[in-house]
Formats: sequence, structure tokens, C-alpha cells
Amino acid sequence: MGKHYKTLRHDVWLPHEFAVGPVFERFYEGLKQEIIWGTKCSGCKKTLVPARTFCPECLVDMNEWVQVSQKGKLVSWTLANYQFYGAPTEPPFVGALIRLEDCDCDFLHLLGGPEFEDLSTIKSKLKKGSDVRAVWNEEKKGHMLDIKYFKLM
Amino acid sequence: MGRAVAVIGIGQTKHGDRSEITYPDLVREAVKAAIDDAGLDIEDIEGVVYGSMPSMMEGVGMNHFYFAEALGAVGKEFMRTETCGTTGISLAFTGYYWVASGCADLVMVVGSEKQHEGDSQAAIVTVYDPLYQRPFASGAPGIYSWLSQDWMWRYNVPEEKARDAAARLSVDHHRDALKTPYAHIRKELSLEDVKTSPILVYPIRLYDTCPASDGACAVIFGSEDAVKRLGKKAAWIKGVGFRGDEYVFGDADRVVSECASQAAAAAYDMAGVTDPLTELDVAEPYNPFTFMEMIHYESFGFCEPGQAADEILKGTFGPGGKLHCAPSGGVLCTNAIGACALMRVAEIALQVTGKAGERQVDGAKLGFAHGLGGLNQFNGVMILGRDK
Repeated sequence: MGKHYKTLRHDVWLPHEFAVGPVFERFYEGLKQEIIWGTKCSGCKKTLVPARTFCPECLVDMNEWVQVSQKGKLVSWTLANYQFYGAPTEPPFVGALIRLEDCDCDFLHLLGGPEFEDLSTIKSKLKKGSDVRAVWNEEKKGHMLDIKYFKLM
Repeated sequence: MGRAVAVIGIGQTKHGDRSEITYPDLVREAVKAAIDDAGLDIEDIEGVVYGSMPSMMEGVGMNHFYFAEALGAVGKEFMRTETCGTTGISLAFTGYYWVASGCADLVMVVGSEKQHEGDSQAAIVTVYDPLYQRPFASGAPGIYSWLSQDWMWRYNVPEEKARDAAARLSVDHHRDALKTPYAHIRKELSLEDVKTSPILVYPIRLYDTCPASDGACAVIFGSEDAVKRLGKKAAWIKGVGFRGDEYVFGDADRVVSECASQAAAAAYDMAGVTDPLTELDVAEPYNPFTFMEMIHYESFGFCEPGQAADEILKGTFGPGGKLHCAPSGGVLCTNAIGACALMRVAEIALQVTGKAGERQVDGAKLGFAHGLGGLNQFNGVMILGRDK
């Protein structure tokens, strides 16, 4: 590389207020009460979580609300070891894909608890289909992270 | 089907840290190289298409305005095509469709990225929706590490075997990149270097991961008339396929990656390919992460589900193997995102016209170029051949 020329610093700050809409508002309110809401499709009969306004497969409105189980089985996991923008906590932390009981999609959240301290322990504890359940934060804000994490049962 | 269309000119910048020049000058470097390669003047180009990653990654909103002169687009028909990581293959599709439609004979498509100017990891996190998925994103590697773990469990692939195969891919690609004059990362690695490099998002380590590159790529698509007029070697578009999955990550089965399989199947069908492993001579998968690359080999039908690690360890997809994948070193070694998938098309065009220099796959006549975008949500495949 030849001569290094100057760079010009410019920061862009663009706040956003995203509309939550009636369906996510009810879902978030449910979290405050330790309820996980899903919706069931009248066409394909699938239950999806978080609750949806319409079925992504049948494209019909999803009006039937279902309180889904707070227990499920582990589908996949990751260990984030790098500080990504907007991460829910300092790394390292364990992300998880969980199939909640009687649901037809996987739910994206965190795995936590005292056993999640080092990689070799995590690897030895986690198996395909490990049973997990939701652990709630005491203080709730109507947010995805009102569920503190999922914990091995 | 439309008219026959060929790639008739290719221009690439040197990729890497290009902080020594402005972004428009970087774009112009690729445009000029493509025009020179085709033996054309910029006036000959009838239409221009440009794409990059989202404006949040570029620092300048809708940067095609900024690049109008650099693209040679002033006074011409112009379109922007942008689909995240798939941008480059979508650009190629736009050029292909434009010429195939008969509305133009010469169209130039250009993709670029200048990752050293911004914060691309943060920009990628904004591709996740703010209502549900964003807090769990872990950047681009997050999604691929979930898929990798799911894949290993589902097909009972022992983690050590998957780890060894991923390391083998990284070593091969880095060695191939040394023969690619435009590649960013030029470094000989050992299996041990890869396997002991720092964990980013387990099981993905540093050398399982693409770099952040600056660079641009321009490709000129021409009609059969234009090819005859110019009297140049051309790479003919034989098949195209593009499919998308549902947005929410847990809704679709991304390990089986139906949209990648369907995109490949559509391209094979159009090109008359029935057995990709034996009929294709070379492939350029969009491979920013080694573990994901393995899953894609299965989605593309290069091997059976759950068999990719075994085939990689046997050398099936390496140099001299049955189907050499990523002879350019791929996205793993050069990652100017808006240009990346277009570079896959460019490399296959070079390979099937015998112009790939030191990395030429002997006798390559038919090749496979791939683009991947979003949370493994969109996949596009273009098959190019020496013969029309």
C-alpha cells in the first residue's frame, strides 16, 4: 500500500420509534405476566411463537391466541464470544433455538444458568433435544428479555 | 426463456483495505477495468445496474447517486438492485434479464463495498427485526453457528470431523487465494492455525470467517449479436434460479435450506444439469463461513445430506478433486459484500473461458456461481458455460 491519505470522521445518529402494533403489544404484555403468547393458523393449524398477525405459509390472519408452554427442547445453540452491536449481555453468552412444546417453529432466545461458564462444560451439558424451561426476570418491561433465559431442566 | 446472454467483460479492483482512495474512485477502478476487458467505450453501454449493502453500511444513503459518474451512468438507463449478501447475484440476474428481454444489447452491472469506512457488523445486526430477533443476532456468524450445530446433531456428524473438514476448507481456500491477484487475505494457514484461532461464535472461529474487505466488481452482459460483433470469448448464461425462505429464523428449516436447494434445482433444470457433481467442472459457492459452506454443498446436491464433511476430507471439493469449489479462495478470503456474489459469477466466467490464470481448473466448461443473503434467507444460483 502506498501513501496513506486522511480520513474524515462523520457519525450518523438516527433514532427510530418502531410501531409495535396490536399483536406484538399483546405478546409483550403477556411477557410482563409470564405468559408466552402464540397464535394458531385456521388454515394449516400450525402454532407459531411469538404471536403473528398472519400465517407466513397460508397468508391468512391468525386470530386464535394460544398460551404456549414455557418448556421445550433444545434444537441448536451457539456461544457468542465477541461483542456484537445490540447484544443482550456482555460476551460470552449462549444463544439457543428452542422448540417449545406444541409449537410448530423454533423460538430464539438465550440459555443461562450456573453451568454456562466455560465451553467444555457447556458442550458436555447440551444435547440435541435437551429439556429447557423459561426463567423470568423479576423486573419486567414488556420486552423479549423479560424472559431472562432458558435453563436446563 | 428470452435471448441468449453472455458475460463479455469483467473488472475487479484489488480488494483489501482501500482507505487510500475515495469510494467513487474505487467503483470507477472496477468499471474502467471491465470496459477495457470487453474492448468497449463507456458510451457503448446502454444500461447500468448498481448495488451494495444497505445504506447503513455505506455511510452515504442511496450511494448510486454519489457514484453516477464513476459508474458511467450519466445519460443512461439505470437501475439499482440490492438484496443484502445476494446483491451481487441479483445484479447478475438483473443484467441477464435486461439483455435476455431484448431491451438492451450491452448492460453493465456493478457491486461494491468499502467495509473499512463503517461498522459493518452493526449494520448487519440491523437486518434482524427490532421486535423479536435483533437482541439475539450475534452478527452474521450467529445464524451460521446455530445452523452448524443443528446440522451436526441432526446428521450425527461428530464435532471433530466437522471441525477438521471446516479447517480443511479454510486451508484450501487460503492457499487458492494466493493464486488470485485480487484476493484480500493472502496467507498460508495450517489446519492447526484454523482450529486454534479465536472463537467468534462457537463453533465458528476467526479463520472460519470472511474478512471485512473494500472492493468492487463490474460485469458486462451482452447479447449474441454483441458477442459476434466484438469477436471475444464469452461465458454464456446457461441457467438461473433464485428462491427465498420465510423471514423469522425459527420458521423455516434452514439446515435443509430449501431455498438454496430450490434455487440450484431451478438453475440445473434450465441448464439441463441432472448430476451436478459430475457435470459441473467448477463451483464458486458464496462461502463467508466454512461450516455453512459444508451445508450448502448438500443443499446444492454436490453430496448427500450429512456427507459434506466426509467428502471434504476425501478431497472431493478441493484442488484436483471431482468438483473444485472456490478456486478463487472465495468469500472466505475476499469479502467486499455488495460485490461478493458478482465476483462468484466473474470467477466462473473466467474459468469457463480459460482466463483464470494460475488458478485455472483444467478444461472447465461448465461452472456454478452462488449468492447468499440475509439470515440464509435468500439464495441465487447462476450456471455459466463455455458453449452457448
